[in-house]
Amino acid sequence: MSQLATTNPAVEPVEAFTKLEQNGAALMPLRKAGLARFSDSGYPTLRDEDWRFTNVKPIAELPFRPTIDPLGQALGQEQLGNVTFGQLSADRLVFIDGHFNAALSQIGDQSSGVTVTHLTSGLAGLERELGSLSIGDDNPFVALNDAFFTDGAVIQIADGQRLAKPVHLLFVTTASEDGEAAHIRNWIVAGANTQGTIIESHLSLGQAATVTNVVTESRIGDGANIEHIKFQDQSNRAFHLASLHSELGRDAQYTFHSIALGARLSRNNLRMRLAQPGIECILNGLYMLRGQQLADHHMVVEHAAPHCDSHEYFNGILDDQSRGVFHGRILVQPGAQKTDAKQTNKNLLLSDDATANTKPQLEIYADDVKCTHGATIGEMDDDAIFYLRARGLDTPTARRMLLHGFAGEIVERIRHDAVREELNALVLGRLEAVHKLD
Amino acid sequence: MLQIKNLQAGIEDKPILKGINLTVNAGEVHAIMGPNGSGKSTLASVLAGRDGFDVTGGEALYNDNDLLDLAPEERAREGVFLAFQYPVEIPGVNSAYFLRSAVNAILKHRGEEELDAMNFLKAVKVKMKELGLGEDFLKRPVNAGFSGGEKKRNEILQMTMLDPRLAILDETDSGLDIDALRIVADGVNRLRSDDNAQVVITHYQRLLDYIVPDFVHVLHDGCIIKSGDKSLALELEEKGYDWLTKEAA
Amino acid sequence: MRADTDTIDEFVASDYKYGFVTDIESESLEPGLGEEAVRFISAKKKEPEWLLEWRLKAFRHWEKLECPTWPHVKYPPVNFQDISYYSAPKKKGDGPKSLDEVDPKLLETYEKLGVPLHERARLAGVAVDAVFDSESIGTTFKADLAKEGVIFCSISEAVQEHPELVKKYLGTVVPYTDNFYATLNSAVFSDGSFVYIPKGTRCPMELSTYFRINAANTGQFERTLIIAEEGSHVSYLEGCTAPMRDENQLHAAVVELVALDNAEIKYSTVQNWYPGDEEGRGGIYNFVTKRGICKTNAKISWTQVETGSAITWKYPSVILKGDNSIGEFYSVALTNNMQQADTGTKMVHLGKNTRSTIVSKGISAGRGQNSYRGLVQVGKKATNARNFSQCDSLLIGDQCGAHTFPYIEAKNPSANIEHEATTSKIGEDQIFYCNQRGLETQDAVNMIVNGFCKEVFRELPMEFAMEAQKLLDVSLEGSVG
Repeated sequence: MSQLATTNPAVEPVEAFTKLEQNGAALMPLRKAGLARFSDSGYPTLRDEDWRFTNVKPIAELPFRPTIDPLGQALGQEQLGNVTFGQLSADRLVFIDGHFNAALSQIGDQSSGVTVTHLTSGLAGLERELGSLSIGDDNPFVALNDAFFTDGAVIQIADGQRLAKPVHLLFVTTASEDGEAAHIRNWIVAGANTQGTIIESHLSLGQAATVTNVVTESRIGDGANIEHIKFQDQSNRAFHLASLHSELGRDAQYTFHSIALGARLSRNNLRMRLAQPGIECILNGLYMLRGQQLADHHMVVEHAAPHCDSHEYFNGILDDQSRGVFHGRILVQPGAQKTDAKQTNKNLLLSDDATANTKPQLEIYADDVKCTHGATIGEMDDDAIFYLRARGLDTPTARRMLLHGFAGEIVERIRHDAVREELNALVLGRLEAVHKLD
Repeated sequence: MLQIKNLQAGIEDKPILKGINLTVNAGEVHAIMGPNGSGKSTLASVLAGRDGFDVTGGEALYNDNDLLDLAPEERAREGVFLAFQYPVEIPGVNSAYFLRSAVNAILKHRGEEELDAMNFLKAVKVKMKELGLGEDFLKRPVNAGFSGGEKKRNEILQMTMLDPRLAILDETDSGLDIDALRIVADGVNRLRSDDNAQVVITHYQRLLDYIVPDFVHVLHDGCIIKSGDKSLALELEEKGYDWLTKEAA
Repeated sequence: MRADTDTIDEFVASDYKYGFVTDIESESLEPGLGEEAVRFISAKKKEPEWLLEWRLKAFRHWEKLECPTWPHVKYPPVNFQDISYYSAPKKKGDGPKSLDEVDPKLLETYEKLGVPLHERARLAGVAVDAVFDSESIGTTFKADLAKEGVIFCSISEAVQEHPELVKKYLGTVVPYTDNFYATLNSAVFSDGSFVYIPKGTRCPMELSTYFRINAANTGQFERTLIIAEEGSHVSYLEGCTAPMRDENQLHAAVVELVALDNAEIKYSTVQNWYPGDEEGRGGIYNFVTKRGICKTNAKISWTQVETGSAITWKYPSVILKGDNSIGEFYSVALTNNMQQADTGTKMVHLGKNTRSTIVSKGISAGRGQNSYRGLVQVGKKATNARNFSQCDSLLIGDQCGAHTFPYIEAKNPSANIEHEATTSKIGEDQIFYCNQRGLETQDAVNMIVNGFCKEVFRELPMEFAMEAQKLLDVSLEGSVG
């Protein structure tokens, strides 16, 4: 096991890196560049505009222990059967602490032209592609990932093909030492006119202050129709950092859902580039937090071509001392006429100590566009409660129904029936179990 | 069934209802008409128990009990139904789920057996057909994204499902075209029986062509200034409200 | 509407009609910024020691600060040593005893600007303080106001005549450490207006200050302080113009408003500094800090019409400290040609039942860049805080940009915050409809833009609403594309 435990963030990664360097690999240029960028930037601070509400100091203060080798925990199928989506009929790739586990994974027959595998099974030219979509992002966690990623999923769908079954990427943290960090790298290429559903779930077994740092690059081809559901339910001591870099082709339809229930601190960076006309890009999100949790969704949707639609719907339910952060930026480049962009962030505060920060932004350099955004923070709507009471429901039932509806509004947008139903039940159960609804 | 005696109510310090007297017996349909700002919607809100209105005097008895003492949901369960002038949009709450919860809350209160999903669906589909509502309607969130006509028909659907003793319709006709108006009126008329009563609040006479009232009351500046039979509505249609308000002054 | 391109070019060359220079002998401080300059200004104004000390503290603090880079505007770095920090028309002897003794050239200047100062032609019902470069040259209706106990004079005069009030309130809303430009202003502020409304008094007329930059290579650093005692009421308006010059000039003002219990302050701005030419040469850099504090049941309302300046950077704000206090912000900001604006407001809810309303209308034409930046913050103890924000942008032509950067933070669950924003362009169908009804395209645009801004104009005092509307028409000339 290669774990270095000092406390100086500038030195630690450099030392940890020597281990990787000895292995040598085709990916060395990417890794070295990542390390160099991280050495320059260090961890972000509250002074960085992009991080002003999300303090990652607790991460910087953890010892730096990338799980460069598997931690060796033996997991059995029975431990995974009961997890969310564990029973879903899907091709399942299981990663434990950032390493692929063949015994736990099941990959059925996909049609020819569809590849569902993991990164270390063979790069086949990927070493030149990785990083090509995340390039230019100055997020220090992407730099760290470039340097230290161990493995991740590779999904490639050739033109005109569809995924026979959803692909379920299951990332489990078993680490038991604070600071143990899985760096995961996913690569998704959906060719022209492809279809499929991808589910990504992140769970913890154990309560250590672990770090998950996942970078996903996806290229969605012309006319492709892809639904991507990301479900994060890690332990409430875990730190979860994710970034998604997508480039969408002409007339592509891409729907991404982020359901963030777990982790002490989670941050989802979404970077969508709409570079061709006719694209429809939908980003949905639900965060339900309690205790000291913080969930941050930070997105930039760049309209670089005309006639594209983008919609973001994010709802947050904040209890106890939790904090929800939403930063949405719609950037309409010159020439991206007929853009139709909508952005909504709604927050319900259930406790006196919860905080919501929302920054819905529009940056527009074209004139023939329809852009709107809206944000609300508040308690439940009194008119709606009265309406329900006037139909015979008591106040607790009315409040519960509204809260369910508020969460359901997001979950309902998931197109995949089995995933939606499972999440619906889970979210409602979670609301009942952990939030004071009465 | 309903006895309103010298009812006075307002918002904050502003009096709106200044002494309403009205008796509604089972089997009767009452129309309440009046110009804008006369207090029609306030009366409906006070009877249904909306927050923000202060009752400063008088009383309202419902089946000889103090109606104003009950919580809004208790009034609903006792059979008082308000069709809202502006039905509230509730995004994310599925219409079928909402309506079944309401129906069962009321059935439970009456000590009757609650409906399971199958029986509920069966019952609601019949009613929906009568009101010209499509099947997808049940899957949509309550009132969210509905057209004005759809919202009003949804109110009537809820009314027929909840089977109230006393239905108060607050400007249910506003914004409806003739066809929708007829459908809504049919829904209301089907509910008419010797056991039930209805109070129809409206600005215009035209709804009363379809829902024929036994009594018509004119509300002005928080008081009922004239009562009569359905011919009063026709007279108002012809002459407007001015002659009455002058008479009252 | 491509066919109209020619008309666009024609219109873009529209005149800035306040661009003349008054030829008057001035006394200016050599360019350069140091403790010397600060001492010079303070001495020139015969200030008491405490004020000089305050200025020096600000200056020493400023030396440690860096120029902010977060606004969404681009401009070359300002060399603060190239600017003269004091310029005033040369006085003969002890200076004029009354306005009628003021140099006729100055009176003529204000006459040309549409603000006659002499007794015969004064605007009825509006008291005017006229600030020319670094000095106030006079205030009208002072005696009439004094009868009601209202003090309206230049801040330099207030330092001499009412030092206890200045000392009590100066820097209490915008401390000298607040931000780069506010700190600079605290060190070198020259003149500005001072208003004091006694308890329970309703100020009998509109108060207004007319700011004029005349001298070249000077900066204007005015400082305004308005104090409304308990239960008082005042409406104040400021207007600004400057000559056309090829160099950029700096204007860094600070405005502080204090509304004590049950007081109401309405502050309106029609800002029409020289915006630079169509290539972006010249124009004023308008970097302003404006903030008010509301005590219990108090109300502060900011209305601004921003059509001038090469760069505008200002966020008139309200700190809602007292329970039941109200903050309002109504803004029209127009950027044409190469103008850039980054403007908005901050509403800080601290007291219970506080309410704020934000209505921002941004219009971008030519190659203008227009950003709304706003903060709505609800503190932990601000139970039942309400905010509604509406930020609309209108785009005219495809070379301009419109941006919206709201920041919203709530720490109290009973908060109710709603923010809505839209961006749209003037529809070809709207213009066609107007054309078809016989309206010229430019008139149609003016009509549509004025309609777009109506909610804000409604907030301006009547006579200025007309003025603002005309100003907008002139500023938009040539923007049709």
